[in-house]
Amino acid sequence: MALDDTKKTREFKVVGTRPDRPDGIDKVTGRARFGADMVAPGMLTGRILRSPHAHARIVKIDASKAEALSGVKAVVTRADFGEVPEDVADVLDNCMAGDKALYDGHAVAAVAASSPAVARKALKLIEVEYEVLPHVTDVDATIKPDAPVLHEGRQQETVPEGMSQNVIARSEFGHGDIEAGLKQADRVVERTYRTAATHQGYIEPHACLATMGSDGRADLWVCTQGHYMVRNTCAAILGMEQGQLRVTASEIGGGFGGKTVVFLEPVALMLAKKAGRPVKMVMSRSEVLRATGPTSSTSIDVKIGMTKDGKITAGFAELRYQGGAYPGSPVDMGAMSGFAPYDLENVKTVGWDVVTNRPKAAAYRAPGAPMAAFAIESAIDEAAKGFGLDPLEVRLMNGADEGTRASYGPTYPAIGLKATLEAAKSHPHWSAPLGENQGRGVACGFWFNFGGDTCVSLNITPDGTVTVSEGNPDIGGSRASMTMMAAEELGIPYDQVRTIIADTGSLGQNEVTDGSRVTFAVGLATIKAAEAAKKEMCRRAAMVWGIDEEAVEWEDGAARPAGPNAGKFPPMTLKEIAAIASNTGGPIAGHHEVNAEGAGVSFATHMVDVELDRDTGSTKILRYTVFQDAGKAVHPSYVEGQFQGGAVQGIGWALNEEYIYGEDGILQNAGFLDYRIPVASDLPMIDTVILEIPNPGHPYGVRGVGETSIVPPLAAIANAVSEAAGVRMTQLPMSPPRVLAALQAKAEG
Amino acid sequence: MSQLHVTTRINGDDTEFLCEAEDTLLDVLRDRLGLTGTKEGCGTGDCGACSVAVDGRLVCSCLMLGAEAEGRDIATIEGMATGDQLHPLQQKFIEMAALQCGICTPGILVAAQSLLERNPDPSEEEVRYWLAGNLCRCTGYDKIIRAVMETAADMRRAS
Repeated sequence: MALDDTKKTREFKVVGTRPDRPDGIDKVTGRARFGADMVAPGMLTGRILRSPHAHARIVKIDASKAEALSGVKAVVTRADFGEVPEDVADVLDNCMAGDKALYDGHAVAAVAASSPAVARKALKLIEVEYEVLPHVTDVDATIKPDAPVLHEGRQQETVPEGMSQNVIARSEFGHGDIEAGLKQADRVVERTYRTAATHQGYIEPHACLATMGSDGRADLWVCTQGHYMVRNTCAAILGMEQGQLRVTASEIGGGFGGKTVVFLEPVALMLAKKAGRPVKMVMSRSEVLRATGPTSSTSIDVKIGMTKDGKITAGFAELRYQGGAYPGSPVDMGAMSGFAPYDLENVKTVGWDVVTNRPKAAAYRAPGAPMAAFAIESAIDEAAKGFGLDPLEVRLMNGADEGTRASYGPTYPAIGLKATLEAAKSHPHWSAPLGENQGRGVACGFWFNFGGDTCVSLNITPDGTVTVSEGNPDIGGSRASMTMMAAEELGIPYDQVRTIIADTGSLGQNEVTDGSRVTFAVGLATIKAAEAAKKEMCRRAAMVWGIDEEAVEWEDGAARPAGPNAGKFPPMTLKEIAAIASNTGGPIAGHHEVNAEGAGVSFATHMVDVELDRDTGSTKILRYTVFQDAGKAVHPSYVEGQFQGGAVQGIGWALNEEYIYGEDGILQNAGFLDYRIPVASDLPMIDTVILEIPNPGHPYGVRGVGETSIVPPLAAIANAVSEAAGVRMTQLPMSPPRVLAALQAKAEG
Repeated sequence: MSQLHVTTRINGDDTEFLCEAEDTLLDVLRDRLGLTGTKEGCGTGDCGACSVAVDGRLVCSCLMLGAEAEGRDIATIEGMATGDQLHPLQQKFIEMAALQCGICTPGILVAAQSLLERNPDPSEEEVRYWLAGNLCRCTGYDKIIRAVMETAADMRRAS
């Protein structure tokens, strides 16, 4: 063929390999500095006093005895904070209660003291007078007209009149005619599903170290998913200019969405301001569980119509998510994502955002999506099995593809759902035999993936090595990915590039590390910054050679004359150009700032085998395989790691994890002994299959991979347990007592 | 409130420190000796992030008092490498992507080393049960288990 007009598939040299992570040695030797690992001269210990009540009016706080204690340098209550802008009012109220304590563990006062022992003692000396109010923690109970009301006047116009004030907002998505679709169905599955609140469960508790001078300039060292967010939020709450607050992100010991908001930081700054000394604050595990971001507990009604050959004629879901004590549960994302894997003529979802006396929900890996997928993928499974149909075939038949109008509005470009289903169908796992009391489940999952504000600065050093500065905390290996993309684009070895996470004084605004955005958006900006540097290096070479810069191209780490008319010059390498940079115009750098669009959506299919112990009701995961589209896997080992980690968090959510509140509204399991996340002995290996359907919105085809992996497991495991038990499981977690009760109910008929 | 004077050995070095009676060994390591490689994930002995070896025995340093270190021989993550030579477990964890955020990594490495000292040829099940007291929320344990078993195999071949 003389001419090939199809776009040549790019051959990568660095991307797709598995180099060692740049933060590896620090992390295996204990040198890596996390939130609690920093110290400052003259540093004080900050501690928070928390409400012992689920709902109470704060009548009076008397801190005089605490203030009189030797070693106490500052006490802070809400009275120390002034009026704040509306968009951070709830954030402040969550960090430090105002008129009311809204949940067990809500912060009501804080101290800074010369030692942890003094701080603990001081907390006991703070006298808080509470007027205890009735409370509500259940998602269905809070909607009832007679439920205790958390906030007056927060209800939005979308909510019909006459509903409890705890119902904050109603949203609706979809297209077509549900009733008409249901009429075409041969079977309608209609069920209500419930999921418990779970916690992100990062092993590193929240921690920060704040310093503020009398000139109003402040520094903050903090473990967070977004130090720019921390800067902007704290500056707004403290009435500071953003430029006066410099925030440095520590290494982050897990976040999963839970570190996308502030809890301690504004309080630490206020304590530091009042005390005139640096203040370090570190949460205990019980504080983490009582007062930081769990996800919503939910109650979801689903109605699915299916013909006997497996066509879904209508899909409807009504979702109720309690987001804790403040508006803003992730119900919209649940309502948008639940049916997103399918090409449906008639689809509708209604979401209800409701508040309860629980800690404010924070994002948790694909926030809102796993619960919706649990409900909808369970109903699809039940409908398919009711006709004796293969659940993978039914999903393939109804699966979304390029050109499908998504249930939440947009029309998909190239997507990977069917590739994951085909891979699942042909995998040996699908045809492996099952034993007695065993069941196999499958489910699909979707996540949007985000882009957002991003800055990258790429600098060429005089000796020709490269530093990349980016503004997103590295939560899953992104420094390695950025290094790889910079090396790829510049045509130099991986070890010639070092990527750092810059503080807020060094770059422009950067969106939080969330939405699986970093490898996509920061990667995009890194590639563009490298392109800018290459262009400048070509210009320098052209200058040296005395030819037009358009006559120079960059290939394999060197500037080269492009084409026969450019003149014959030997290639000039990056190192050679860097060495003479001072004489050709000065230092060389590339940078890129963008609100990144074009984050490709992501799909996965999960397959799981379980075995039930009929005497105890306990479930063992026997085999697990993840099939997910990564677009392009920059570092395949780290992509596998994201798949495996998400799947196992989903296993915990499905089988064990649960916020348990007593009748008194107090959290009963605020520790890792009773809030039990999966341990190594609970699990098999988690097999992974990476599919690569390139994202048209990224130069290398990259899609975010971090979140989708937690979307299918809840439903996949429920489908497997239901098959093994012979009973449809509709409530999470499927803990041993709950499974046992279901088995007994079935036996009693 | 007078402080206690404790003489101990940490990572092979004779060490003295003063501590409050209520200070845990973890508090002492992190806040008095600057050995912050040992992490606090829970403070209640449930997560294993603070794992250290005391006289060769694996313990949660959050469950032991600093004063109890008197006369003991304590090994923390900071003593695992020899100079710039990583321990084979450390090297393998990097190579096999057995860490993501890294907060549980010191505790898991200390625990894994303790296993391999006792059992140079553990089965997958033995590794999983030995490490059941070390929580990791990022990896799903798959690559951790593989890295420990690979290291064990390498060390057996080398010995």
